[in-house]
Amino acid sequence: MKTKIRHLIAAAAFMLPLGAAVASEGGPALEKAPIDIHDTESLQRGAQLFTNYCLSCHSASAMRYNRLADIGLTEDQIKENLLPPDAKVGDTMSIAMGKKDAKVWLGAAPPDLSVIARSRGADYLYAYLRGFYRDDTRPTGWNNLVFDKVGMPHVFWQWQGDQVLKTVKGEGGHEEHQLELVKAGTMTKLENGKANTVEFDRRMADLTNYLVYMGEPAQVKRHQIGYVVLMFLGLLLLPLAYFLKKEYWKDIH
Amino acid sequence: MSKGQSILNWIDERFPLSSTMKAHITEYYAPKNFNFWYFFGSLAMLVLVIQIVTGIFLTMNYKPDAATAFLSVEYIMRDVAGGWIIRYMHSTGASMFFVVVYLHMFRGLIYGSYKQPRELIWVFGTLIFLCLMAEAFMGYLLPWGQMSFWGAQVIVNLFGSIPVIGPDLSVWIRGDYVVSDATLNRFFALHVIAVPLVLLALVVAHLVALHEVGSNNPDGVEIKKNKDPKTGIPLDGIPFHPYYTVKDVLGVAVFLIVFSAIVFFMPEMGGYFLEHPNFDPADPLKTPPHIAPVWYFTPFYAILRAIPSFLGTQVWGVLGMGAAVVLIAFLPWLDKSPVKSIRYRGPKFKFMLVLFIIAFIGLGILGAMPTTSSRTVIAQVLSAVYFAFFLGMPIYTKNDVGSEPVPSRVTETNAKRQLRFLVLVAVTVVGAALFAMNV
Repeated sequence: MKTKIRHLIAAAAFMLPLGAAVASEGGPALEKAPIDIHDTESLQRGAQLFTNYCLSCHSASAMRYNRLADIGLTEDQIKENLLPPDAKVGDTMSIAMGKKDAKVWLGAAPPDLSVIARSRGADYLYAYLRGFYRDDTRPTGWNNLVFDKVGMPHVFWQWQGDQVLKTVKGEGGHEEHQLELVKAGTMTKLENGKANTVEFDRRMADLTNYLVYMGEPAQVKRHQIGYVVLMFLGLLLLPLAYFLKKEYWKDIH
Repeated sequence: MSKGQSILNWIDERFPLSSTMKAHITEYYAPKNFNFWYFFGSLAMLVLVIQIVTGIFLTMNYKPDAATAFLSVEYIMRDVAGGWIIRYMHSTGASMFFVVVYLHMFRGLIYGSYKQPRELIWVFGTLIFLCLMAEAFMGYLLPWGQMSFWGAQVIVNLFGSIPVIGPDLSVWIRGDYVVSDATLNRFFALHVIAVPLVLLALVVAHLVALHEVGSNNPDGVEIKKNKDPKTGIPLDGIPFHPYYTVKDVLGVAVFLIVFSAIVFFMPEMGGYFLEHPNFDPADPLKTPPHIAPVWYFTPFYAILRAIPSFLGTQVWGVLGMGAAVVLIAFLPWLDKSPVKSIRYRGPKFKFMLVLFIIAFIGLGILGAMPTTSSRTVIAQVLSAVYFAFFLGMPIYTKNDVGSEPVPSRVTETNAKRQLRFLVLVAVTVVGAALFAMNV
């Protein structure tokens, strides 16, 4: 048995470099998004933010409203709080604006957000949502630290207030870009020149959390089933197979 | 005579049921000294079954249409009952297929399983590997994400570099001037029907050839040379059933634990089994900054990129990549060693094998990363090593035997030696990977 386990560890080592070889090319290191996919209250707040603020320009055409039952909302709650007047609860989260119109009006069609968290990652989204700064060279007046020349304006600017880009000399003399809050919004405070963004950051975390959930609504269930499957395999099938093999092979020398 | 026996007799008079069962399962005598490396053949079969069964259910819900393909995958992930589990099993199965097949091929390499009289088993196996690559490549287009699209675009364009017929050939493959709905439809047909049919036929040929000559073993000893004079059964052979069926069940249990851990807890495998950019729908107008093939193609992709273009054509890289795969089929004739197993080979082969592992793993890592000038140089060196391993083989394997003579009978498993070897392989793999990641 001991050697068997050693063999397995060795086999697992084959796969290690694959997982470790994360191609971390370029770009600043992103802060880890403080999200918890099991926190249904946060997800519900995120869902509300999403349907109220994002879902007018961005669609989520793979996501059905009634799927939000996953995060503890009843059908009535969804109908009353989140559903547009002309939509049915089983509809997907579509928008009225056509892609071609959007391109003419906004310069680029806002992407569908169904699986945006899976292509960009939670940390990027969290940084993006908090990364808007004033830039008069841009048509919207806004730019973004992690998405240069972004087409989207700062939707939450009244909440966050105005940030500006500061370039400082970092370690080793190379330049680092930082954002500085210069005018507080309704959810941020400036006290003695220091920014307090706890409330705003929390909301953006809620929204990020929701986007991560929406990227794969089955993920919580996936983990739950996973534990049961692994317990069955590890505690039942594996010992059974091991002792069966041992019993059959005891006469082979 | 019992009822069951009489039914069996009725069938046997009309169809060779009992005799086939005997020849291939209950009275197929396999060497008794199979070790860890011998699990991967049956596991490859298991993954093949997983892929076919999950594939059937995916086909029921997937739409091979450029306008709806991407969302139909999300429909499977969300609205189809159990759809996400089926899809993740299929996507994980694709990668695990290559994991077990690479390990299965490595087993053949270290124990000389391709050597006379098993050349055809090896050739069939190489063809299976080729089919598997075609199957994986075409299947990867189906989710119609950015990597699906641009990966297919890059690979089909390779054919365009062939002189004279190239450009027409690539249009013929795509059915259009760019990868489009026409390409998606034909890749779907090939992925779902054509290639699997060939694959299954080749698997049957692989097994029929194997059972004709009998299995090799870690000692590289022909067990048929020492038969019991009375029964005619090889002295070192044991019936495949029940001995190896129960042993393979143990392998299956361990494999399923690894497989399920991936399916349920890390289906994206950090972006290597399911690439992050593939969650953006295919956009012919937006080229991703970095197009990386899925991990199992990266060693060959690295060879492709490492070979520079000269005489005004890039076809050399394509030829090099093709040769890197085709050369594998010629191993039985490149290897001149008088012994099969690495246990009784000399230092030259062992040294070259270590270099080969470094080259293969190193190329695999480099192929997944964007190129830099230093990475290109390293990839060129490793490509040279890769080809030297094959092309130099007739020279370095000649009379290359170890200090220990080949025994006449199979030997007991030497746990210490096994462990030493596995640690050596693991250290080489990890070392090569860390090196390649940091150049």
